[in-house]
Amino acid sequence: MNFFGFGQTAEIDIVLNDAETRKKAEHNGEDGRKEKYFRFYDGETVSGKVNVTLKYPGKRLEHNGIKVEFVGQIELYYDRGNHHEFVSLVKDLARPGELTQSQTFDFEFTHVEKPYESYTGQNVKLRYFLKVTISRKLSDITKELDIVVHTLSTYPDLNSSIKMEVGIEDCLHIEFEYNKSKYHLKDVIVGKIYFLLVRIKIRHMEIDIIRRETTGTGPSVYNENDTIAKYEIMDGAPVRGESIPIRLFLASYELTPTMKDVNKKFSVRYFLNLVLIDEEDRRYFKQQEIILWRKGDIVKKSMSHQAIMAAQRFEGSSNPEKSHSQSAEDGKS
Amino acid sequence: MTDPVVADTRRLNSKPQDLTDAYGPPSNFLEIDVYDPQIVGVGRNRYTTYEVRMRTNLPIFKLKDSCVRRRYSDFEWLKNELERDSKIVVPPLPGKALKRQLPFRGDEGLFEEAFIEERRVGLEQFINRIAGHPLAQNERCLHMFLQEETIDRNYIPGKVRKNRYTCACSMYIYFYITLIQS
Repeated sequence: MNFFGFGQTAEIDIVLNDAETRKKAEHNGEDGRKEKYFRFYDGETVSGKVNVTLKYPGKRLEHNGIKVEFVGQIELYYDRGNHHEFVSLVKDLARPGELTQSQTFDFEFTHVEKPYESYTGQNVKLRYFLKVTISRKLSDITKELDIVVHTLSTYPDLNSSIKMEVGIEDCLHIEFEYNKSKYHLKDVIVGKIYFLLVRIKIRHMEIDIIRRETTGTGPSVYNENDTIAKYEIMDGAPVRGESIPIRLFLASYELTPTMKDVNKKFSVRYFLNLVLIDEEDRRYFKQQEIILWRKGDIVKKSMSHQAIMAAQRFEGSSNPEKSHSQSAEDGKS
Repeated sequence: MTDPVVADTRRLNSKPQDLTDAYGPPSNFLEIDVYDPQIVGVGRNRYTTYEVRMRTNLPIFKLKDSCVRRRYSDFEWLKNELERDSKIVVPPLPGKALKRQLPFRGDEGLFEEAFIEERRVGLEQFINRIAGHPLAQNERCLHMFLQEETIDRNYIPGKVRKNRYTCACSMYIYFYITLIQS
């Protein structure tokens, strides 16, 4: 049993080189608790130091090798034994031998590919972590450090609105419109519902955001639907010709980017569910998929150079220093 | 390509509403009253009938104002027909009160005023819930119950509008309906 080296003859501590400057991001654990982890993008280098501290300074620590791994893995909750590793890098820190005193080892995983975003869901978890292992005859001493990976996207070239006429013949006809089909995580859904025919007694109307997590393949596909948000957009009975506006700010909800077929293991998709409820609690609903994507943060001078490179790749906007000189030049002419 | 600092949240353009639509009578008027209980028959063959009056402007109903007399077993018949032929979850009827039909009761049994009133309220709630359901409105048994003087128990069950859920125009995509029991 290895509780992060505690109670063992040695303690391991992993410290990143850019721990002072690197931003942290909140991420939900399996139990629902939020914790902060260092945030990385695809292509960034992961480098740091491994401090091995001997608990009894006089006593030697014999070992069969010390190594550090960078792992990206998918874990399906119904199949906990099998971890699907899609990234696995190893660096040897020490050959088999013995440690006579506490020691620090440097490591660097250069320009590591991190193809997917970290995700902790209802039935599946995708995580990235560093793991140090001191191999020994009886039991290894290990220590893990979890990180969070965000995947960024640019503004899509094509982002058509969603506009559709829906109804029940001679009973209820509406036309709904959402201004885009692809929204970033801090975006606003602007839309409207236009009533063409109303022969039922509507009590109110709401928009729900639903997350559908799909795990498994072929015959054993499992869909888990979660209602992330319920937002009332109308209270009362509308008549023909009325237009109800929609303005739904996504930043206040816990959303992730849309993930399709990640490593052929799982998908996370988002749907807008337009729900009308009548006087007798009957619900009429129409579901529509939307694509969610993550926009890079605004570039700041304090960010590490690597993070600036990563963000610029996806922002397409120049860094602040450049634009300052630009405007100065414009002012002169 | 420059990223707007604040998103554009202005409303989408919409057509102005016709004033006759805005201030005219709504197209969803449907009211059914169950009232005027009358005891019919003599001795042990007595039963109670209720007046069922429907007022509506829904085009699916032939008569916009209809009045019929129905007894509890007629409501039971309607519930059974709907449960068999339609896909809806039919709401419950007020109780059958078999105990009240036994002899040697201290009170009036089935003809107790308070009991009749309680039953009347339950039947009114039941019929209003059913008649407003778009799928129930398709069923011939509902129309016969509400708008024909007598119920022909040998009728041929069927739908009133055969095209309600088929697609005449390819633009139409249909809603799903679920009935949530409260």
